[in-house]
Amino acid sequence: MSGQVGIVLVSHSAAVADAVASLARGLAGGGATAPVAAAGGTPDGGLGTSSELIAEAAKSVDGGAGVALLVDLGSAVLTVKALLAEEDELPEGSRLVDAPFVEGAVAALVTASAGGDLDAVVAAASEAYAYRKV
Amino acid sequence: MSEVTEFDAAFFHRWLTRAAAVVDREADRLTELDAAIGDADHGANLKRGFAAVTDVLGKEPPETPGAVLVVAGRQLISTVGGASGPLYGTLLRRTGKSLGEAPAVTLPELAAALTAGVAAVAQLGGAQVGDKTMLDALVPAAEALGESFAAARDAADRGALATVPLQARKGRASYLGERSIGHQDPGATSSALLIGALAEVADA
Repeated sequence: MSGQVGIVLVSHSAAVADAVASLARGLAGGGATAPVAAAGGTPDGGLGTSSELIAEAAKSVDGGAGVALLVDLGSAVLTVKALLAEEDELPEGSRLVDAPFVEGAVAALVTASAGGDLDAVVAAASEAYAYRKV
Repeated sequence: MSEVTEFDAAFFHRWLTRAAAVVDREADRLTELDAAIGDADHGANLKRGFAAVTDVLGKEPPETPGAVLVVAGRQLISTVGGASGPLYGTLLRRTGKSLGEAPAVTLPELAAALTAGVAAVAQLGGAQVGDKTMLDALVPAAEALGESFAAARDAADRGALATVPLQARKGRASYLGERSIGHQDPGATSSALLIGALAEVADA
């Protein structure tokens, strides 16, 4: 048990999910970070959403403190919601986070790495919506 | 008709097998509709999903109508890869759960369960009738199903056609704004095909 909240990044593209995961790791301080897993694209490498990849990723980052799932578009949102409604598909304490994908991923990982609980991680990621750019 | 007709697991298995055949036949048309206002994968995605459904149902057919629909719904969520997977998956799963463990169901029971399934889809996608989505076919179909299978089919067909002049407010088509007007919604079209398959099987 890591005791830290796990982060799952769900994108339609494996490249996007992987890149955002490494960006978040890099910006989260360089040292040991909370577990983060990418679930991008379909199992055959195409663009889309895979419930299997999402479930696997969530399991891989689950240390018992909850799992925060950040998603990009359309079917990524709907698939995670449908999995959560199923109840036994994702680890206990899994939560869909309403947050911008890139900014939210960084905020979530920084907070989880600092030992924040699931509520704190979700709040930090959601707050990223408030950082206006112009 | 004096005695009450009931529909068993085999009936629902036949429905989904028929639906898979219809989706397979119409996949290119669905993808064409989706190319106009979506990302041109609706036909291929549904074809893959329903092929997987018939596969899993053929291997070990569930024994109740509810179980058939729940198994099929789960299969759609895990194999479709696009937004129609979780949406149709939720439709079938929630309809199946509403049917419970009854070995056979009546038309009014099915109509009530489908209404619950459609409500779950509306909640999942945050859409309502008029948003140019599958709900434009499913909502009137579920309402008409209390009357008859044929009425449900006609209502779904009318609902799908009625999406042509609408502006999309959900999904990828909504990014097109006014440019989505004038195209029939692919999701409403595939919904009408599924309800049509149901009416066909009930007729046979």
